Amino acid sequence: MKPEDFDLFSSLVKQRSGLVLSKDKSYLLESRLIPVARKYNLKTLEELAQLVRTKRDEAILHAITEAMTTNESFFFRDTKPFDQFKKLLLPELLRTRAAKKQFRIWSSASSSGQEAYSLAMICAEEAAKLQGWKIDILGTDISTEMVERAKSGIYSQFEVQRGLPIALLMKCFSQIGTDKWQLKEELRRMVQYREGNLLTDFGPIGVFDVIYCRNVLIYFDQPTKTRVLEAMSHVLAPDGVLFLGGAETVLGISDKFKPLENERGVYVLANRPDTGMLPKGRGTGVAPPVGSSVFTGTSSSASISA
Amino acid sequence: MKSCLLVDDSRVIRKVARQIFEALDFACEEAENGQMALEACQKAMPDVILLDWNMPVMDGMEFLRALRKMANGGESVVVFCTTENDMKHIQDAMANGANEYIMKPFDADIVRSKLIQLGIVEG
Ligand SMILES: C[S@@+](CC[C@H](N)C(=O)[O-])C[C@H]1O[C@@H](n2cnc3c(N)ncnc32)[C@H](O)[C@@H]1O
Repeated sequence: MKPEDFDLFSSLVKQRSGLVLSKDKSYLLESRLIPVARKYNLKTLEELAQLVRTKRDEAILHAITEAMTTNESFFFRDTKPFDQFKKLLLPELLRTRAAKKQFRIWSSASSSGQEAYSLAMICAEEAAKLQGWKIDILGTDISTEMVERAKSGIYSQFEVQRGLPIALLMKCFSQIGTDKWQLKEELRRMVQYREGNLLTDFGPIGVFDVIYCRNVLIYFDQPTKTRVLEAMSHVLAPDGVLFLGGAETVLGISDKFKPLENERGVYVLANRPDTGMLPKGRGTGVAPPVGSSVFTGTSSSASISA
Repeated sequence: MKSCLLVDDSRVIRKVARQIFEALDFACEEAENGQMALEACQKAMPDVILLDWNMPVMDGMEFLRALRKMANGGESVVVFCTTENDMKHIQDAMANGANEYIMKPFDADIVRSKLIQLGIVEG
């Protein structure tokens, strides 16, 4: 690929989705964009680049951006964030939202839907406690194709085995054909999926009690991470909770959030009220050994020395 | 070190499974049918049994029923691992005392994620 074409594609993708493509990802760009070129009856990426330059067609720009996303996801990915939701957060939501009987969860890079549906399955298992409650679960992703897949709730035999216990497969899915499984309608109805871009689409989304933003910030550069986390801080309830992926953190990136003591991957607003969900010391985690440095400050300017 | 018994009439599958389990720090034994698996369990009850369904001499379901009747036969965690991939077989397996169920083809990710859920391997 010509360097100027690489620059064109990579800056387009960066600007639209945040994804950073370093020069050594040229092979990836090629392998992902050739099918896009084919779709538009073009033979080479040079022709695709030419088309982008001459005609800024929204559908093509979106197709190029979408083709560069990595959509891997699993049910109950990494186990812990879902255990934490069930054991730590749900009881707190039940307690603190008892008057309204309502809470909202956002799976903010929902890909093919496993994250949001895992949360729906947990809520369904706890249905007895949630009688009369209104639970909104929203899944958004920049990829049109992934949003459609998520809505269908249809997964391959491989996908339903990665992270999903067999008991939940039996309870929550029906088999279609020989090797596809579809989440049951009553569970699909618990989640709404729509297209949404983390860089731009924060306006009409409302406020959430819990946000999952997992395994997407890793693809962004630091200023973009900072910007997304800042935007998230405005749509999270004052005592709400943010989950990040195993390789993601707010430390050194945003002072809007701080890690929740003793709970890896869980973040709360730096200026959160002392009351509300999970106030200090309510974590279920094992206390750290004396002398280890954990974040205990409550002011947003407190520094971390971990 | 945790122990596992890999029960499958295919040597290739046992080899693949052994690689996966050894990478997860299990000491592995193998058996090529249910009968040989029972004999192995009488000698030493493994922590985990990966169990094929269709095998000559004694199939996986017969083995599972016999195992669960043994005095200490409730101690092992049994994970079916079979090409049978319909709801009926899954329900039968679970009703007869299996703890988990893998539909072939499988890979290391699937085995690992199932063992994490069972609390046998750390996440
Ligand atoms: C690796 S998946 C993570 C899925 C899920 N959160 C998980 O942890 O399993 C990353 C997803 O982020 C989406 N994505 C990338 N950039 C995005 C953006 N700017 N806005 C919204 N979604 C984006 C991709 O389309 C992809 O589906």
